[in-house]
Amino acid sequence: MENQINYEKIEQSARTRKHIQRTLVYLLLTFWAMIVLFPFYWMLLTSVKSYGSYNAEHIPAFFTLTPTLQNYADAFTAVPLGRYLMNTVFFTAVTTAAMLIVIILSAFAFARLQFRGKQLTFTLFLSLMMIPNELVVITNFVTITNWDMRNTFAGLILPSVTSVFYIYLLKENFEQVPDELYRAAKVDGTSDFKYLCRVLLPICRPTLITITILKIIECWNSYVWPRLITDDAAYYLVSNGIQEIRENGFGRENIPAMMAAVTVISLPLIILFLLFRKKIMAGVSRGGTKG
Amino acid sequence: MKIVLQNLTKKFPAPGRKVQNEITAVDNFSFEIPDGKLVGLLGPSGCGKSTTLNLICGLLAPSSGKIFFGDNDVTDLPPENRGVGMVFQNYALYPHLTVRQNILFPLQNLKGKNRPSKKEMEQRVLDAAKLVQIDSLLDRKPGELSGGQQQRVAIARALVKMPHVLLLDEPLSNLDARLRLQTREEIRKIQKKTGITTVFVTHDQEEAMSISDQIVVMKDGLIQQIGQPQQVYDDPVNLFVAKFLGTPPINVFEGSIRSGQLYIGRNAVLPAEGIPDQEVFAAIRPEGFIPDENGPLSCTLNGIEVMGRDISIISSHECAASPAIRSIIAAENKIDATASEVRFCLKPTKVFLFSKKSQERIYLS
Amino acid sequence: MEKRNAKAWLYLFPALLFLGFFMVYPLIDVFIYSFEEGYNFASQTYFGVGSYNYSYVLRDPYFLQAVKNTLILVIITVPLSTAFALLLSAALCSIKPLRNLFQTVYFLPYVTNTLAVGLVFMILFKKTAYSDGMINLLINWFGGSSVDFIDGPYWAKMFVLCFYTIWIVMPFKVLLLTSALASVNPNYYNAARVDGTSKRRIFLRITLPMISPTVFYLVITGFIGAFKAYSDAVALFGTDLNAAGMNTIVGYVYDMLYGNSGGYPSYASAAAILLFVIVLTITCINLLVSKKHVHYS
Repeated sequence: MENQINYEKIEQSARTRKHIQRTLVYLLLTFWAMIVLFPFYWMLLTSVKSYGSYNAEHIPAFFTLTPTLQNYADAFTAVPLGRYLMNTVFFTAVTTAAMLIVIILSAFAFARLQFRGKQLTFTLFLSLMMIPNELVVITNFVTITNWDMRNTFAGLILPSVTSVFYIYLLKENFEQVPDELYRAAKVDGTSDFKYLCRVLLPICRPTLITITILKIIECWNSYVWPRLITDDAAYYLVSNGIQEIRENGFGRENIPAMMAAVTVISLPLIILFLLFRKKIMAGVSRGGTKG
Repeated sequence: MKIVLQNLTKKFPAPGRKVQNEITAVDNFSFEIPDGKLVGLLGPSGCGKSTTLNLICGLLAPSSGKIFFGDNDVTDLPPENRGVGMVFQNYALYPHLTVRQNILFPLQNLKGKNRPSKKEMEQRVLDAAKLVQIDSLLDRKPGELSGGQQQRVAIARALVKMPHVLLLDEPLSNLDARLRLQTREEIRKIQKKTGITTVFVTHDQEEAMSISDQIVVMKDGLIQQIGQPQQVYDDPVNLFVAKFLGTPPINVFEGSIRSGQLYIGRNAVLPAEGIPDQEVFAAIRPEGFIPDENGPLSCTLNGIEVMGRDISIISSHECAASPAIRSIIAAENKIDATASEVRFCLKPTKVFLFSKKSQERIYLS
Repeated sequence: MEKRNAKAWLYLFPALLFLGFFMVYPLIDVFIYSFEEGYNFASQTYFGVGSYNYSYVLRDPYFLQAVKNTLILVIITVPLSTAFALLLSAALCSIKPLRNLFQTVYFLPYVTNTLAVGLVFMILFKKTAYSDGMINLLINWFGGSSVDFIDGPYWAKMFVLCFYTIWIVMPFKVLLLTSALASVNPNYYNAARVDGTSKRRIFLRITLPMISPTVFYLVITGFIGAFKAYSDAVALFGTDLNAAGMNTIVGYVYDMLYGNSGGYPSYASAAAILLFVIVLTITCINLLVSKKHVHYS
C-alpha cells in the first residue's frame, strides 16, 4: 500500500516539473525573439513618425497614432537613396553573375577534366581559403587606385568575382553526379561544355541557387571594400549610403527619415529570406560564415 | 516481476494536420508476462511491436489502458522510475565514452540512498562485464568493437542496475548470421542465469521461436496469437500466423471442402468430416508431405535439393498460392529426380484449414 | 593529352586570373609593403627596408587601443554568444509548436545589413539633448540613471558593441547548433532516460560531447570573426572610430590605408600581418585544446 502512494507522488512531481520546464523554455525563447524583433519594430515605428512628433517626444512612445509616409518620400528625394539602391542592385547582379561563371568553369575543370598539375592546383586553391580578406585588401586598394578604377563599377566588382570556397562547394557537388552520365554523354558525342550546361548545371541547380543567394546577401551587405574604393556618392552602395546619410544626410538630424532609409535598405533581403527561408538556412549551415 | 498489460492502446497522429486521422499502432493489447520468463514480440515491421516495448519501458505514454509491474500501476510513471533495462536496436552506446564508462553510466545516475559506493560501482561494472564476457574490453571505445561485442556491452549496461525487467529491441538485427545464432543462445543463457523478466522484439520468427518461453504474434497492432513457440507453430489460429512462422514457409493451396473431403484441384486429398462445404485455404507444412506413388496430391516435379539430413523437393501445383511448393522429407526416401510428376500423401496434423473469407482457422473435429 | 591539358587550363583561366591578381599577388605584396620603410603613396617610393613599420604600429597608442578593444570584444562575445546560442538551441529543440516561427525570427539578423541595423541600435541606445532614448527609458523604469551608450563612458560603449556583436552572430550559431542537436540519434536520449539520467547530466555527458565538433567549429569561427570586427563598430560609432576610442584592429588597418588619417599602406600592412599572426596563434591554441576535448565519431 505504501508503495502505491509513493508512485503517485513520483508521477505528480514529474508532471509538475515538466510544466515548469516547459514554461521556462517558452519564456526564454520569447525573450530572445523580442530582442531580435524589437530593433526591427523600432525601425518601422520610427520611420512612420513625423519629424516634428519624433523630436517632441522626450520619452519615446511605443506606438504612434498618426503614421506618415512622408519620411519615405524624404528618403528618396532629400538623399539619393534610389541611386544607392540602383547601384547596389547593379553591383550585386553583375558580381553574382560573373562569379557564377568563373566558379562554374573552374569547379568543372577540377571535378571532371583530367590535366597535369590538377592535384597541386587544387591544393593551392584550398590553401587560399585560409587567407583573410584583410590581408589582401591593402594591395588591392593600391592596385585599383593605380589602375585608375576608383569610383568605377569595375573597381568595385573585379576583386570579388572569385570565391575559392564556392568553387570547392560546387566541385564537391559536381563530383557527386555519377560518372556514368559523363561517359554516356561522351559516347553520344556531347562536348564537355555542352555536358556542363545541359546535364551538370540542371542537376546541381539546388547548390547553385544556394550559392547565388549567399552571394547576393554578401554583396548587398558589403561595406568595407566599397568604402575604400568609392568616395563619390554617385557610386555608393547602400551600406556606404546609409553611413553617408548618417554622417551628413538630411542636413539636420532627421532620424525618422534615416529609419525610413534603413527600412528600405533592409527590406529586400528580408523578403528574399522569407521567400527562400529553407534554402537560405540550409545553405548557410553548409557554407555560411559570419559568426 | 510479472508484467500485466491491460487493454493497451496507442494512437499516433497521422502525418499531416488532420486530427481525426490517427494511426493505431497498438490496439487493445492485453497480456500478462509471467515472472522470470522470456517473451518474444513477433511480427512484420510496422506491426506495433516496438511501440509496445516503448510503452512498457515508459518512453511512450499509452492513449488508453494500463500497465502493471507486479501489483503497481506504472502507467504514468516516467521511465527512470520503472526500474527497466533496455537494449536498443543499434545499441545506443555513447561513442565518446569507454565501455567501462558506458556500463557505469546508469549507476552514476542513482541518487541518495540508492547510490552505491565507488568501489561497489566498480565491482558491479566488472560483474556485469563478466556476465557477458567483455571484461577484457573495458577500456575500449564502442567504435573499436565488433557488432557482437557492442551488443554485449549494451546488455551489460542494461543489466548493471539490476532492473526488474529487461527489454530488448531487435537485439540481433545488426549482427551477421553466424553471430546471430551465437548471441541468441547467449541472451537465453544470461536471462536464465539472472531470472529477469525479459521482453524482446523481433521480426525474425526463427529467432523468436528458438529462445522464447512464450511468443506473441502481432499484426497491425493486434495480437494474433499468444503461446509457447511449438504450440503456436503446431496450432496457428489464422492464416497469417501459419504463414509467418516456420522456415521454409508453409505451403498454401486453394482448396474446397465438399461432402466431408478436402479437395485440392480435382483430387480429394484428406478427409474433413463435419465441416460444411466451403472454399478454404489449405496450408501444409513442408514436413507434412509423404512421397507416395499412389498419393492423392499430384504435383509437377521441378527439382530436388539434397541437404544431407533431409531432402527438399521443389514442385508446383496449379492450386498453390506460390509458384514453388517446398516439401522436406527424410533422406532415406528415394525420389526419381528425372520424373516429371511427384505424388504425396499428407500428414493430417500438418495440414491447417482456413476459411477463405475470414482467413480464420477451421478445426478438424 | 596536350589538347586536354590546354582545355582544362582554359576552364580554369578566369579563376586563376582573378585569384592571381587579387589574392596571390596581394598576399606577397603585403609582406613587402610591411617591410618598406617610409613608403610614399603619391610617389610610390620608399627609403629602405626594415622592421620600422612594425615597431611604429606596436608603439602607436591608437593601435594599442584597438588591440585592447578587440581583445575585450573577443573575450566577452565569443564565450557568451556560444553559451547563449547553446542554451537557445537546446530550448528550441525541446519544443514542437512554434519552433519554426522562432527559428525564422532568430535567423533574421543574418540577412540584415550590419550598417543599417546598427543605426537602429544607435538610436535605441543614444542619449541626446532632448531625449534619453529607448534603452535609458527602460533603465529609468528599473530605477537606474541614464547613461550615454554611444558618446559616453568606455564601458557603456563597449557594452553596446558587445551586445550588437552578439545580436549579429547569434543566427549563425543557433542555426548550426540546432541542426547539430537535431542530428543526435534520439536513441541515446531514450537510453539515458531509461537509465534515469537527469536532464543536466544528459546535456553535459551526452549531448555536449556529441555536438562538440560543431561547438568547436563555432568557437574557432567565432574567434576569427570577432578579431575581424569592424563594421559593427562603424555602424554604432561612426567612421571616426579612433576619436570614439572604439577602434578595432581591422578598423586601424583601414584607417591607416584610407580616410582622413590614411595614406600609409606600409603601416596598414604591418598591422594586418600582426592581426593575422594573432588570429593564427589563437586558432592553433584552439586546435590543440580541442584535440583533448572534441569527440569526432
